Amino acid sequence: MSLVELHAIHKSFGELEVLKGIDLKIEEGQVIALIGKSGSGKSTLLRTINGLETINDGTIMVAGKKVGDRDTDVLTLRLNVGMVFQQFNLFPHYTALENVMLSPQVVKKQSKAEAKEVAEEMLAKVGLADKMMHYPDQLSGGQQQRVAIARALAMKPRVLLCDEVTSALDPELVNEVLAVVRQLAEEGMTLVMVTHEMRFAREVCDKLVFMDQGRIHESGAPEEVFANPKTSELASFVGGLA
Amino acid sequence: MSEFTLWDIVYNLLLAARWTVLLSLTAFVLGGIVGLLLLMVRTAGNPWVMRLVRGYVELFQGTPLLMQLFIVFFGLPLIGIDVSPWIAAMLGLTLFTSAFLTEIWRGCVESIGLGQWEASASLGMNFRQQMRYIILPQALRIAVPPTVGFSVQVVKGTAVASIIGFVELTKAGTMITNATYAPFTVYGCVAVMYFLICFPLSLYARHLEGKLRHVAR
Amino acid sequence: MAYKFDFGAIVPHWELLLDGVVLTTELTVIGAVVGVSLGTLGAWARASRAPVISQIVGIYVELIRNTPFLVQLFFIFFGLPALGVKLSEFQAAVLAMIVNLGAYSTEIIRAGILAIPKGQIEAAQSLAMNRVQIFRYVIIRPALKKIWPALSSQIVIVMLGSSVCSQIAAEELTFAANYIQAVNFRAFEVYFVATALYLAMSVLLRWVLKIFGNFLFERRSHV
Repeated sequence: MSLVELHAIHKSFGELEVLKGIDLKIEEGQVIALIGKSGSGKSTLLRTINGLETINDGTIMVAGKKVGDRDTDVLTLRLNVGMVFQQFNLFPHYTALENVMLSPQVVKKQSKAEAKEVAEEMLAKVGLADKMMHYPDQLSGGQQQRVAIARALAMKPRVLLCDEVTSALDPELVNEVLAVVRQLAEEGMTLVMVTHEMRFAREVCDKLVFMDQGRIHESGAPEEVFANPKTSELASFVGGLA
Repeated sequence: MSEFTLWDIVYNLLLAARWTVLLSLTAFVLGGIVGLLLLMVRTAGNPWVMRLVRGYVELFQGTPLLMQLFIVFFGLPLIGIDVSPWIAAMLGLTLFTSAFLTEIWRGCVESIGLGQWEASASLGMNFRQQMRYIILPQALRIAVPPTVGFSVQVVKGTAVASIIGFVELTKAGTMITNATYAPFTVYGCVAVMYFLICFPLSLYARHLEGKLRHVAR
Repeated sequence: MAYKFDFGAIVPHWELLLDGVVLTTELTVIGAVVGVSLGTLGAWARASRAPVISQIVGIYVELIRNTPFLVQLFFIFFGLPALGVKLSEFQAAVLAMIVNLGAYSTEIIRAGILAIPKGQIEAAQSLAMNRVQIFRYVIIRPALKKIWPALSSQIVIVMLGSSVCSQIAAEELTFAANYIQAVNFRAFEVYFVATALYLAMSVLLRWVLKIFGNFLFERRSHV
């Protein structure tokens, strides 16, 4: 049984169909990268896995259970699936520590002490033990994004979704965030990421999924996908990168 | 008293509502003129004049309209000018309106970036020319929505004039209530009439604001 | 014949003015606290998914914003007894202020909520918070912070507007002034002093609201 299973997902924004029947299985411990041109639907796909986009058709299963469209179903889904955003989206009125503690406290009803212990552990893990009392606007972009990762991890999700987590960063700050993601992958965290960092995807991921115009065109192990593109779309995408 | 039908009430209120409209229009137009003059002297700016206008605005924004009307109504006779409630209301509301409008418009002028002043200065324009050709045309466009929006405040402000005895919609409402003992109906009708005057203005202001935002994008 | 000002004629009545100031303050404090709470609920309802509730609140807001406070006050004090709701002068005044400020603050707070970036809400959603939790922990404080100056101005406007409550004989500052000038026939002097008191109160209120805002939105933990 896969951890997350998407079957025949369709999604339209008005007239525009952005996902045209997506099937995807995410296994425990897998590290998957969604690649493709902008507008290919990869970010939308990632967002549907977190219930941030309602789908028009298809099913999402998490740990063998179908996610319905009731509010509680979506909340259960989100307890299993964490997300990190391109724009960090830290809460500006809370410190780094409070950002990480908030959801465990209010959603999981953990005690303050318990939430604090977890939060400190997570912030230490992303290398920000010394910045816990800082507010988001007192942190660099890379630091903010690492707090956002710690915030998602504190909920102990079974899958972490990363939506272009380095795209909003200045070039010199990209590596500190990628290092954290790499470390998570090495520890066996299940990860699904949308990324433009092809070299990173190649090194870290077990599986690449290439999307074009709302469909999955090819998927497989990175070396294989890059070395032998079966479709002309992927060939031109890979060619364009070189 | 049973000889008052609903129509009698509405008819009499409508007659009085004319005075509400007239007072609003007068105060708005005169207040606009005074406000514009204040805006001119304040942007032309000797610092003392600026401070004076600033104080004028604070005074009117920091005290109740009712007190402003009282001061005009009871104050002018003391210097030998006898005023009717109509004149006092008009004068008081004009001053009130001018203070608010000049402040709204100052914001609009200030929102025109320094670059526009510098660019027009670099073209050799003097202050008047800068205002006339560069700043005001741009400021005017953004000033229209909040100005229309403020007209609603003026209309509602005229209700306060009833307290110094000017017979407009609210005062008529009180008088009719005293005759009919039907306050619920009468004040209900009064409220509806104000609403019918103000709501279209509010909608129009919002529409203009939306259009402006659209253009800005 | 030149008029001779006599501000001394007010001095014997200073306690009445003070009582008026106290009552105006009470009206304002209750009106502001309950009114802003009502506005917060209203803004929440306006943003809610239930279109009927949102529309009802919308109508309330428009009705109040497009009619004079004085008429609202008269309707509550003179009109409502026809429906069996009999209120004292003070109750009617405070209710009118709450209802009035509630409508304005609904719109103001709603604007603050709309200004919260969508990403904030998505981040909270992705952390499995429900709608109430998102509103309470993620939206409302930054939203209020953003519109605090506008809300403060509105509270000052409502305080100044309370002067018409004298018309239903609520014994606030203007009522006291009316009473004194009826006794000593020094209308101008009395109203001049009352106006000065209002000006002082509005300056003070602005200052208090600013301090309160700083306290409310202060960063409590330190680097």
